[in-house]
Amino acid sequence: MSKNDKGLPADYLHYPHRSYGMDHDRYSWSMLQNRQPVKWPNAASLAIWVNVAVQYFPLDQQGIPFKVPGGMTMPYPDLRHYSLRDYGNRVGIFRFLEAFDKYGITPTFALNTRLAQRTPYLMDILKERGNEILCHGYHMDALHYSGQDIVVEDALVERALNELRELSGQAVTGWLSPARNESENTPDILVKHNIDYFCDWVNDDMPYHYNTDSKSLIAMPLSNELEDRFVIINNQHSEQSWSEQVCDACDFLLEEAKTQGGRILGINIHPWLLGQPHRIKYLEDTLAHIMDKPGVWSASASEIMQSWDQQNPR
Amino acid sequence: MREDPEFYDYWPYHNRPKITWPNGARVAFWVAPNIEYYELNPPNNPYRQAWPQASPAVAGYSIRDYGNRVGHSRQMNLLDKYGIRGSISLSTALCDHHPEIIAACRERDWEFFSHGIYNTRYTYGMSGEQERSMIRDSMLSIHKHTGQKCAGYLAPALSHSEQTLDLFAEVGTELFGDQAAFYTCDLFHDDQPTPIKLRSEKKFVSVPYSLEMNDTIAFAVNKIEPRRYGEQLKRNFDRLYQEGAQSGTIMCIPTHNYQVSCPHRLKAFEEALEYITGHSDVWVTTGKEIASYFIDKYYETVLADISAKKGNNHE
Repeated sequence: MSKNDKGLPADYLHYPHRSYGMDHDRYSWSMLQNRQPVKWPNAASLAIWVNVAVQYFPLDQQGIPFKVPGGMTMPYPDLRHYSLRDYGNRVGIFRFLEAFDKYGITPTFALNTRLAQRTPYLMDILKERGNEILCHGYHMDALHYSGQDIVVEDALVERALNELRELSGQAVTGWLSPARNESENTPDILVKHNIDYFCDWVNDDMPYHYNTDSKSLIAMPLSNELEDRFVIINNQHSEQSWSEQVCDACDFLLEEAKTQGGRILGINIHPWLLGQPHRIKYLEDTLAHIMDKPGVWSASASEIMQSWDQQNPR
Repeated sequence: MREDPEFYDYWPYHNRPKITWPNGARVAFWVAPNIEYYELNPPNNPYRQAWPQASPAVAGYSIRDYGNRVGHSRQMNLLDKYGIRGSISLSTALCDHHPEIIAACRERDWEFFSHGIYNTRYTYGMSGEQERSMIRDSMLSIHKHTGQKCAGYLAPALSHSEQTLDLFAEVGTELFGDQAAFYTCDLFHDDQPTPIKLRSEKKFVSVPYSLEMNDTIAFAVNKIEPRRYGEQLKRNFDRLYQEGAQSGTIMCIPTHNYQVSCPHRLKAFEEALEYITGHSDVWVTTGKEIASYFIDKYYETVLADISAKKGNNHE
């Protein structure tokens, strides 16, 4: 930068939040290593939370305020991306279900409400299984974002939750925003609509209390950087490398749990990606590696959240 | 604007005078954890945006917070295990926000050097006075919270002006004389220290910090696999160790607690640390110790050699 005698506005060198803790009041500052150790049921060391993102990407994507990662990229009609994402809900997910049953995994399904509306057959199967369903927003193009009208966002959340609760027959108390994007109001709106926990923030490996304008939410740790989409599409790593990364994380957390109490391995996966014939083996190998370890506990997001909640009163 | 930053002359890696590190070591090895604070909603800088979207930038902000909440202790445990003292590139506002981290590093006699106030406040567009004031604030913060006289600088988010190194050196002299502000990590042109030309003519040195071994560059820019990063660290060491028999080299691993301390990356990192510290003739040290040693023993010799090689190869 060339010499600039005028410089920046004076407030660029003012630091109004420069004091103990965070620079906002959404949660308090605390270091994981200094917290009271958590105990999982049956003296397990590592809770395994397999979260399946079951998504619907509309062909008529609006892209407001941005094109969702994984969504349409070509001029309308982008048949390649529409149908390739659809593949996950028709084919890939059935490979997932088989793998979960084979390796004793209790999955949690993060559903776009629009998909639940469009695929009653799949909904019946998921309901029959009885696994937990959490809300992944209305659909992948219904983003929550800074500057969004609060009334509009409130109506979007209400619609997504009401309709998913009706279709699933479950209370649906968990939330994952499409693209994990939020407005400044999202957490406050979620609480208002009886959400207990959400999974957008990736600042911890354990749950913590997240403040809203009414009662607090629980932030659940669902790693973004271990996601199949992040590793395989964003980073362009091989599916074998994805598997190695998850297995390395599993081994590391098991080791850490020996001295620091229960840990969580949150794995967010997409049927349209790992459900492909050339990738499913790597999911299976990964689940086999994990479930073979003594001290693992495969559980739903809510079960893990509730166990933690009982030990960490607000 | 200038064609060349004019900090140093061309100094070929060829027939250089021999550098020997303490106890005959071949490689000076240091680890530089960046301990940073990123703001959720920083003021706008006209030249560079802090986040890709308007606040809250949930993904970007929260993973960086992860580094402090979760990652720091993990990396510190690992460095303890292999007898490494970190040289911290510090967002100095973190002294106020997270004093627990500062206390743990002080206890271990780690080095603190300045990485600005916040990693979301860029040097771009600042007047000279503003940059001077920001640098002074950061050095005073380090002194107040750790008692250390800040020796090194890495500009916040690697955002520079033409005057950055001059200002840093001058502010350090004003505050603490020659005991402060005598090295920089901002330049990536060599595997050995280089004397830097400043307007004050202060003895000042560039200590190799390595952009390529930086975990953020490896994982977020080059997007390499964790195990490949571990391999790169070992191969980087192997060659510097081999060449260090001729003349001492420097290996630095710049890290971030939100990158290398994630559970899926620590194993490969640990294997590399174990490998490197398992060799004899490695000086496991800090940035400041390297800079001081070089200034005391080799500064003049190297200056003379650089001067002799300014023209043709006369051999």
